Amino acid sequence: MKKITLNVNGQQHVVAVDPETPLLFVLSDELGLRGPRFGCGMAQCGACTVIMRGQVVRSCVMPVSAVGQDEVTTLEGLGTPEKPHPIQQAFIEEGAAQCGFCLSGVILTAKAVLDTKPDASDQEIRDALGGILCRCFTHTRMLRAIRKYAEAIRA
Amino acid sequence: MTQSRREFLKSCGALIVSFSAGSLRVLSAQSQGQFGTHPSHIDPEKLDSWLAVGADGIITAYTGKCDFGQGIFTAQSQLVAEELCVPIDRVKLIQCDTSVCPDQGTTSGSQSTPTNFNSESLALAAATAREALLGLAAVKLGERVEQLTVADGIITSNMGRYVRYEELIGNKHFNVLLSATAKRRSSRDWTVLGKPIPSLDRTALMTGQFEFVHHVRIPGMLHGRVVRPPEMGATVVHVDEQSVRSVPGLVKVVVRKNFIGVVAETQYQAALAARKLAVQWNPGPELPSHNSFFDHLRKQPSHDVLSVDSRDIEAQLAAASHVIRAIYTYPYQMHGSVGASCAVAEVKPESATVWSATQSVYPTRSIVAKLLNMPVDTVRVIYVRGSGCYGLNGADAVSFDAAILSQAVGRPVRLQFSRQDEMMWENFGSACVVEHRAGMARDGSIVVWDREDWVASLGNRPGYDIPGNVITGMLLGYEAELPEPRSAKAPGGKFRNQSNTVPSYFAGCVAGGCGGGGTIRSERALTHTVRSPFFTGPLRSPLRIQNTFANECFIDELCAHAKADPVAFRLQHLQNSRVIGVLKAAADAASWQARPSPMANFSRAQTVSGRGIACVAYEGDNGYAALVAEVDVDLQTGTVRPKRFIIALDCGPVSNPDGLRNQTEGGILQGMSRALVEEVTWDNRRVTSVDWETYKSLHLDSEMPTVETVFVTPADRPATGAGETAITVTPAAIGNAIFDATSARLRDLPFTPERVKAALLADRGARA
Ligand code: FES
Ligand code: FES
Repeated sequence: MKKITLNVNGQQHVVAVDPETPLLFVLSDELGLRGPRFGCGMAQCGACTVIMRGQVVRSCVMPVSAVGQDEVTTLEGLGTPEKPHPIQQAFIEEGAAQCGFCLSGVILTAKAVLDTKPDASDQEIRDALGGILCRCFTHTRMLRAIRKYAEAIRA
Repeated sequence: MTQSRREFLKSCGALIVSFSAGSLRVLSAQSQGQFGTHPSHIDPEKLDSWLAVGADGIITAYTGKCDFGQGIFTAQSQLVAEELCVPIDRVKLIQCDTSVCPDQGTTSGSQSTPTNFNSESLALAAATAREALLGLAAVKLGERVEQLTVADGIITSNMGRYVRYEELIGNKHFNVLLSATAKRRSSRDWTVLGKPIPSLDRTALMTGQFEFVHHVRIPGMLHGRVVRPPEMGATVVHVDEQSVRSVPGLVKVVVRKNFIGVVAETQYQAALAARKLAVQWNPGPELPSHNSFFDHLRKQPSHDVLSVDSRDIEAQLAAASHVIRAIYTYPYQMHGSVGASCAVAEVKPESATVWSATQSVYPTRSIVAKLLNMPVDTVRVIYVRGSGCYGLNGADAVSFDAAILSQAVGRPVRLQFSRQDEMMWENFGSACVVEHRAGMARDGSIVVWDREDWVASLGNRPGYDIPGNVITGMLLGYEAELPEPRSAKAPGGKFRNQSNTVPSYFAGCVAGGCGGGGTIRSERALTHTVRSPFFTGPLRSPLRIQNTFANECFIDELCAHAKADPVAFRLQHLQNSRVIGVLKAAADAASWQARPSPMANFSRAQTVSGRGIACVAYEGDNGYAALVAEVDVDLQTGTVRPKRFIIALDCGPVSNPDGLRNQTEGGILQGMSRALVEEVTWDNRRVTSVDWETYKSLHLDSEMPTVETVFVTPADRPATGAGETAITVTPAAIGNAIFDATSARLRDLPFTPERVKAALLADRGARA
């Protein structure tokens, strides 16, 4: 057990855990966050995605000790039900979910690409979503929501 | 959070359901459950079991059909709001909790809409409640019921006097039975139902606030993992507990027969212990070779059923001007939920609670009671949504496992599978092989069609009393449901086509009555069910998708032989007006050009395009669909790229068009993934497709076709299921489009580039 300080969604937390613990387990079990979820634990599906330094990270394979001072943003860190982030708003408007389990990977990855490259082409956005899995196959609506967000930030 | 959940359940339980231990037992002895379920202490005959009006005017409704992403939560809320004439935000729906909801069996098989949206169950309860409220208002206002109107939860007389629901019955029981004559509001007057109301879970989902079963936390909760055998049939020789001595936080290694689990303070420690635990296993039997599996299947002893048999097949085939044969194969496929299955159990000496994503809370309650050796009425199962399941994924097994671990340690346990636990041991969708023989007349019409299929089966949903149907039960020594070998009896009773074994073009004549969808009277459909080496169970459109793939591609072969247009040829052999309706609507919407397949492709282009169609009467009468697929095929690489799907769907009145579109798009794209890439693989010992590298699924970077959905809504028809109709026709429509583009016929799913190339080569060879 080791005391580790984490910056998550604008708040500082101190947790006492085995430093090898995957960040995902700390986020969900110690901090009670619901956005990142366990899908595969092998960096193959994206359900556990969080954002660090503007990049998407698969929290299921990142030891918590490797996080350091970097700010971690989860799906609930983007916006709230009262004030959703524009990309969340676009997903709400398009109804781009079925079970919704995969959403951290989909929304955060799309946001990260478009934040770095607001004029990313459809192809570039799709390429970035390569490792993301949605087994409900809500692909069409998700891509529509992402396009909507992209248009909004370009305007 | 836990606290508030308990408070909440306590208050709503107290509100309408009186369940003191004494009355509970008396009631469960007398009330016979409907829906083919076991008796429940919550009597579905009583209105109070379904619905309550609070002092605040909130309508709480209790349903046994739960939402796992298919939108039934929103649709049922709409239904209650519609029948009671209140805005949807005044409805609070409680789904699938064995302490407060009626036993509606399993949420599956496209049965929720037919059950709860027509003239029984929840729909009848809501209509009964409105009529009961009108009756009460008439007394209170001293008017006749005919003088009263309802809007917004307020009943007004034509004298202008009014009374609110809550003033009539707030926080009190109705004490009436469901009225079989209660009238549903006519779909012509609908203001909430039939509207594209945004799904109620949206905002919570998109902002990461939604509670999945994975998020349930109970004070004092520990974490578990299971340690599954390395292969099917392996048995425990020795568990070396010393091997995990060093794992910090380890609470217990739990061994019951061949079931092994570990419990620890944290998830990480549990995962570590599961990985480190040294277990010596006796090997299981060798597996039949994957390569020749379908030949193997056809040679096994089988349980045979004839759906239809006109007993003139051989004579008609001998007399036909031309006979065509073909064999189609369909692999095992997975539910492959994105989230590894998870459950939380709190087992105490005198009671047990399981938070579970099962589709079957009451059956799960029975099995948990059995496995824990506790009286069934001391067990409570509360549904909390998991990752989309598409049928029997790991949700039931993980619930049993969690309960066993919790009982063993005497504390609440949260258990989540590893990816491999999930994919190696779930109940796969059945592999099957279908052999067709058809005889054509000189004019190109079909005179005789014989089809025989072999289905691999082992286990199923556990139901109320067969734990052995899933892995947990087997490990604990229970037997799985098995196809008892026997030869087929002559078909009797009414014609049934539950699994879409029988093509829509058969007349379906059994015992004097003809219930099929078509005109072919020399007909036989024989099913051999064979013991599967792996567990199988319902996967979205179970056997319906397999059979429809084989049937709808084979009719295309016959059609090509007759050099006829695939739509016209189907119409020529169809009688069912609703199949005809969707077929015409899809062809119209797709601007279908009448011509035979394949397209004469003289170009030397590397990529060729084609279109294909397929249709179905789902389960014979539970929804109708016709799908046009437009695909590109790369002749060099063998890659198939669907570009556009146009589907016509008839499922009676639509509760929520937006929800249904979402389901339909998802169904078609999932069907496309299953048609193009998905297949369970194994070597001679064990399943080898155990993660997303080894089991393929179309990821979010795949090029996705457009999907256009057209609803066909004939007047005055009851609502049918709709969640599985679209996927059912997808592989066949794609296969037919590949044929149209290339003149190569793909008969083995999935249509991998290798198979496409091989078929192209074979086709060229045949024509050279
Ligand atoms: S759970 Fe991390 S990528 Fe799948
Ligand atoms: S919405 Fe269910 S997995 Fe994506």
